[in-house]
Amino acid sequence: MADKAKPRTGAARSTATRRRTRKETTPGVSEENPDTLLDYYRRMLFVRRFEERTAQAYTQARIGGYCHLNLGEEATVVGLMTALQERDYLFTNYRDHGYAIEKGMDPKRVMAELYGRSDGVSKGWGGSMHMYDTETRMLGGYGIVGGQLPLATGAALAVSYKGGDEVVMCQMGDGTTNIGAWHESLNIAKLWDLPIVFVVINNFTGMGTTVEMSSAEPDLYKRGAAFRIEGERVDGRDVLAVRDTASRLVERARQEQTPFLLEAWSYRQKGHSVVDPAKYRTQEQKETARAEANDPIALFDAKLTKAGVLTDDKRDEIAAEVKAEVAEAADFAENSPKPDVSTLFDYTYATPVPNESRRMPADPVFAE
Amino acid sequence: MSVITYRQALRDTLRAEMVRDENVLVMGEEIGVFEGSYKITEGLLQEFGPRRVKDTPIAEEGFVGAAVGAAMLGLRPVVELMTINFSLIAIDQIINHAAKIYGMFGGQTSVPMVIRTPGGGGQQLGATHSQNIELFYSFIPGLKVLAPSTPAEASAMLRAAIRDDDPVLFLENLGLYNSKGEVPEDYAEAGSDTVATIGRAGVVREGTDITLIGYSRMAMVADQVAAKLAEEDISVEVVDLRSLRPLDRQTFVDSVKKTGAAVICEDDWLTYGIGAEIAASIQEGAFDYLDAPVRRVAMAEVPMPYAKPLETAALPSVASISTAIKETLSAVGKRVG
Repeated sequence: MADKAKPRTGAARSTATRRRTRKETTPGVSEENPDTLLDYYRRMLFVRRFEERTAQAYTQARIGGYCHLNLGEEATVVGLMTALQERDYLFTNYRDHGYAIEKGMDPKRVMAELYGRSDGVSKGWGGSMHMYDTETRMLGGYGIVGGQLPLATGAALAVSYKGGDEVVMCQMGDGTTNIGAWHESLNIAKLWDLPIVFVVINNFTGMGTTVEMSSAEPDLYKRGAAFRIEGERVDGRDVLAVRDTASRLVERARQEQTPFLLEAWSYRQKGHSVVDPAKYRTQEQKETARAEANDPIALFDAKLTKAGVLTDDKRDEIAAEVKAEVAEAADFAENSPKPDVSTLFDYTYATPVPNESRRMPADPVFAE
Repeated sequence: MSVITYRQALRDTLRAEMVRDENVLVMGEEIGVFEGSYKITEGLLQEFGPRRVKDTPIAEEGFVGAAVGAAMLGLRPVVELMTINFSLIAIDQIINHAAKIYGMFGGQTSVPMVIRTPGGGGQQLGATHSQNIELFYSFIPGLKVLAPSTPAEASAMLRAAIRDDDPVLFLENLGLYNSKGEVPEDYAEAGSDTVATIGRAGVVREGTDITLIGYSRMAMVADQVAAKLAEEDISVEVVDLRSLRPLDRQTFVDSVKKTGAAVICEDDWLTYGIGAEIAASIQEGAFDYLDAPVRRVAMAEVPMPYAKPLETAALPSVASISTAIKETLSAVGKRVG
């Protein structure tokens, strides 16, 4: 199922290449359970609508800070999370809303975190880039490129140390493959036989810098070779292909106690973040990124429609359900209380010790 | 009480904590087969095996970060960084991750880990291997920074650091490893309850004329200065900071209120250094009690030279600290020995 065809940057990809690649990487739907397929469709649509609502709330200044969306990556998000068991751990970068929801977090609490409210998954301390939930084992969105790689490697070390059978998945963007933490983490993961799957989401652009501009080996799945880590590439627009390839690598990591590398390519439909108009993209690149032929939901919709799994009524029904649920999440966030300022010093240290500072900005150091 | 070296105190306490708690493991460069660059982990690989004594590649960001991730899942890693200079390669994992994870995720996951690392000049190691950059970590909320100066404190503080649920930077010093001192009889036992309180400074010598403040190696030097000046009938009170974050301001401010004057000695650079924070705290906490400006004795503001005469000249010494104390006392007409 893995797509070993070499994708070029978005703008350069020819229609012929695109068609050939799709044909090679598209598992059929005939053997699949229709309810499962509709579930994937619904979940992908949910991520899409949730992110659109997020962008809207951001432009209305309900959400602050940086805000990076999973638009265009829905099939990758749903496919990857389907490959994980509940007990498996996930670490991601800052483009984490969809992953948080798909790993099992309540979308209402994810939206409340975006709004900076006390019901947010991190009680309003993290924001968009820092979704975290011990219970569902989503152990963080991280805002520093590459920062999550050593952490995820260490989590896999802890699993191995305790003799557990969980797998750690570590998601990152294409630009991350050039940072020191990438090389150090992959090396350690292989040396210590750790059960971890590193997943590179290749949308061909780190902010505005293309993979070719930044990576001497732009075939990113090959970059595990320096560490004898097997790598595969998959069409990230295809939820079934992502699910199948990721499942295989996750289960191999679990059985063989060794790391794997997966590259999933797709197109970032909008700018790097909500505020980025992506002026560095040519018209052709913009059209490619937004083309229906590259939209994972449109592709899956067409496939399910053709197979008779998705009818017009069903599509409308799912759309209405998703719309209502997203609206509910936004309402929940809107009505969640803002964090009380009295909690400002509650989370600096886990073990209280004498002389921790609780000084407000204008307070004297020595209070009377 | 028995008398042992600072090195022995660390090694035996680390071993005792590994016996006590299966979740304690040690990680670092050359700590296993090589038994540690400064032999703090001597014998541990043989006793505990490679699962709990992990030799790492030369990849500080990778293995410090791996310790953070392992701590998030409940292990209690004790990482050795060969010198604090190499912590600069791991600084993103220490400052952006270890220090942030508890707060940034609303208190969901603590990071119970220790980074042991020696600072210290005076070993002719040149500019990149002689720095005292504990300030970088002492600046960061979310970290705890300990700097013991005696074998007894080293043992009790290491035990406290390992049992604490927060990331602790544990500052050792090349110049202290061979220094000796008394330790409690049970210091090396797994069941020992000789655990320091993190966040407390200590008055290690009482005096009436002036307060001398130091930490790590400079606390030891401060005590030597006080002993020497006592012979000249100058009564110096010595405060050992012990914990750089949290900082126990009250202890040294109370001392300055008693003596009316203060000198700070530090191995790091003066400008923006630890002493600057201490001096600022003294002016705020004991302004009306000061009979003279607070004086700082710190390293010359140069990259550390290799040649011995230059290196010696760059570092604070018993003589230079004594001079600063006498000048401070004479400035207020108190007394000069």
